[in-house]
Amino acid sequence: MAMEASEIEKLIKDSLPDAIVTIEDLRGDGDHYSCHVISKEFEGKTRVKQHQMVYESLQGRMGNELHAMALQTSVPK
Amino acid sequence: MDENTKNEIENEIQSNDVVLYMKGTPVFPQCGFSASTVGVLNHLGIKFSTVNVLENENIRQGIKEYANWPTIPQLYVKGEFVGGCDIIREMYESGELNELISSKGIETN
Repeated sequence: MAMEASEIEKLIKDSLPDAIVTIEDLRGDGDHYSCHVISKEFEGKTRVKQHQMVYESLQGRMGNELHAMALQTSVPK
Repeated sequence: MDENTKNEIENEIQSNDVVLYMKGTPVFPQCGFSASTVGVLNHLGIKFSTVNVLENENIRQGIKEYANWPTIPQLYVKGEFVGGCDIIREMYESGELNELISSKGIETN
């Protein structure tokens, strides 16, 4: 049960095409990631909504194949 | 999610000001993300009740559906979903969590 960082990035960019996605594989095991997503789509939305948008882009993988991913979202400066 | 599970969740978050759905208990958390969220709440002296999702599979799945949020822990304040581990940590660091708690008139130690 692991996911490649490139696959995570692709799924996020499929639904948020302008996103700048930075992913760090925290333990090098393909199972513990830290992910920062910057997109103008987040503008005016609550943090909960922003994170939900990212989780939706992962189509149910978060909490399943993708066990642990710390997530940070922001709008471009 | 069946009606009973939904009622159980709603009853829990309506009858307690601050509820943390977590894996394990505050004393014996069974997941690093739950442990870190408990740490933040304790640090701010927030009184909170907890539900150990590992003891109830219906609640464990139901709460994810309820908040449209795929992971545990989940924090509820006055019946509203506030966030998971990452959001709680960010809100703590920016001071927003403290503001939220005091604006809702919730007791702290």
